[in-house]
Amino acid sequence: MNIFDFFRDRKKSNTASVAKERLQIIVAHERGQRSTPDYLPALQKELVEVIRKYVNIGNDDVQVALENQGSCSILELNITLPDR
Amino acid sequence: MAKILVVTSGKGGVGKTTTSAAIGTGLALRGHKTVIVDFDVGLRNLDLIMGCERRVVYDFVNVVNGEATLSQALIKDKRLENLYVLAASQTRDKDALTQEGVGKVLNELKENFEYVICDSPAGIEKGASLAMYFADEAIVVTNPEVSSVRDSDRMLGLLASKSLRSVNGSDPIKEHLLLTRYNPERVSKGEMLGVDDVTDILAIKLLGVIPESQAVLKASNQGVPVILDDQSDAGQAYSDAVDRLLGKEVSHRFLEEKKKGFFERLFGGN
Ligand SMILES: Nc1ncnc2c1ncn2[C@@H]1O[C@H](COP(=O)(O)OP(=O)(O)OP(=O)(O)O)[C@@H](O)[C@H]1O
Ligand SMILES: [Mg+2]
Repeated sequence: MNIFDFFRDRKKSNTASVAKERLQIIVAHERGQRSTPDYLPALQKELVEVIRKYVNIGNDDVQVALENQGSCSILELNITLPDR
Repeated sequence: MAKILVVTSGKGGVGKTTTSAAIGTGLALRGHKTVIVDFDVGLRNLDLIMGCERRVVYDFVNVVNGEATLSQALIKDKRLENLYVLAASQTRDKDALTQEGVGKVLNELKENFEYVICDSPAGIEKGASLAMYFADEAIVVTNPEVSSVRDSDRMLGLLASKSLRSVNGSDPIKEHLLLTRYNPERVSKGEMLGVDDVTDILAIKLLGVIPESQAVLKASNQGVPVILDDQSDAGQAYSDAVDRLLGKEVSHRFLEEKKKGFFERLFGGN
């Protein structure tokens, strides 16, 4: 390190704070995914099959989401029916 | 009551084996009968770090398969009365350990020891899962670096959902963060995540901060757990961590960079 580096050092961009920001975002995202129970995909698939007995829908027309609010969980079903 | 303590991380090479050896030795130094178990099937290394590699006759898998008894397989430390090692198998068979087999051996160890330290392999696959499944407490070893922190967070998720304690609904595994290979100088320059950054993200209790230290390589060269080098920064930092594990309040050391003279700062000394 020479005398010029010594002064330049003080101003160098702070890569640790960039790291922290990126980590906070990715970790929050991954925690959100983690809290969904393993049975959701199977539940979604079976719901599609049941509904299809009566109405013709595609695989993606049933959306299942579980939301935790305090002590209770809300299972949200969003079913898109075809145009009549 | 005997305690099972897993040393885990997700990411490889962050210092799990170094930590298992140091913490296990520290517990034995304080009078607790301790065994350190190497779960890294196929990549046995704890024996080298503990300096007992030439005395391995039987290993963990031999005991699980009934080819040896525990007392035949346990290696007694040459330095400490209360310290034992159970070596990992060098087999290439990844399925050599089963949950049932591991459970049986750990239960037997619990009858004879106060602390059972499980040195986990890297990853989040079967080997790491087995090492943490029966744990009462977990030391999550993390380096101040993005991929290590992210993997630690994933491991925390597994500890909370895929362990015996979570399956049978008892109290969750007690989690401790051990930040290792910490370089205060780089932290103060803004080049490395600091303790507060990492604890902010992972949000678990800090057990200790182990500085990046030349003493660790020196200790591993000689097969002496670094905690026995009580003149070294890393040795002292591990010693503090053991005290905290046992419930003592000890303030954190080695978080600040060593003060350098003016000329040293100008003309190198890095
Ligand atoms: N505090 C430290 N200072 C300097 N070097 C360290 C420190 N801690 C660990 N190391 C070095 O890092 C390397 C990896 O350490 P170690 O074997 O303990 O990691 P590990 O997590 O067990 O690895 P693996 O995932 O392969 O099992 C070793 O070379 C060790 O000497
Ligand atoms: Mg290891």
